[in-house]
Amino acid sequence: MASALINVPTKAKRGEIIAIKTLISHHMETGFRHTETGVPIPRDIVTRFVATYNGEEIFSAQLYPAIAANPFITFSTVATESGTLEFKWTGDNGFAATEQAKIIVE
Amino acid sequence: MAGNRMEEPRRKEALTRRDALTGAGAIAAGAALPTLWLRHAAATPADMQAAIANVLGDAKLNVGRVKIEIPPLVENGNTVPCTVSVDSPMTPQAYVKFIHVFNEKNPQPNVISARLSPRAGRASIATRIRLTDTQTVVAIAEMSDGTFWSDSISVIITLGACLENLI
Repeated sequence: MASALINVPTKAKRGEIIAIKTLISHHMETGFRHTETGVPIPRDIVTRFVATYNGEEIFSAQLYPAIAANPFITFSTVATESGTLEFKWTGDNGFAATEQAKIIVE
Repeated sequence: MAGNRMEEPRRKEALTRRDALTGAGAIAAGAALPTLWLRHAAATPADMQAAIANVLGDAKLNVGRVKIEIPPLVENGNTVPCTVSVDSPMTPQAYVKFIHVFNEKNPQPNVISARLSPRAGRASIATRIRLTDTQTVVAIAEMSDGTFWSDSISVIITLGACLENLI
């Protein structure tokens, strides 16, 4: 199972813009490389990233082979209410990973 | 005597030049094959324009409001920090719908397409990208009012990514 690193503040003031940093461990094989014997290495990348806040989508991204290994994405959101942020990555060969973070909004 | 001596280096130079030219011809002939092989594996600025046109549709691309930040000189193209921020109030009336990043010379012109909403609060994303060669990277923002804004940056890469083979 792929491991993910999430950085979300645990507490925030209502209406505050919070920065979210996400990283998923994945080698992001581009599909453009060859082995020593010239055999093409098939593409194996994370193609999609979705972030939801209490079930509502707040950010999503389509990823391409030009994203570096261990895709690191940062974005922001407005802290509206206490609850759960969920992050989902999907990709080639049935890759799927989910991570959650709790936030308390005062 | 003196004249001969004067001519000697010139003749040598002529030979060297001829040698160099013949050599260059041979190299060119030899290079033709790898060039053909590489062609399908390397996007061209035209491919990038096509990918951008695909996103734009009939809309006009304006310059401004977007800021793309990448260090101008990068040692390792395998992981290049890239930040895109857009000047937008991010209100339900006026916000950034998409941020797209494109490159000129990687095998594929697309890098990332991020979808934002007014809930982002701030139109700014950061990621790490791969760049195979010294090239121009373009960021395009699609606004909620249907306009497109862009910024581009030239990046010098010392060690490229993507195409190196496994050892």
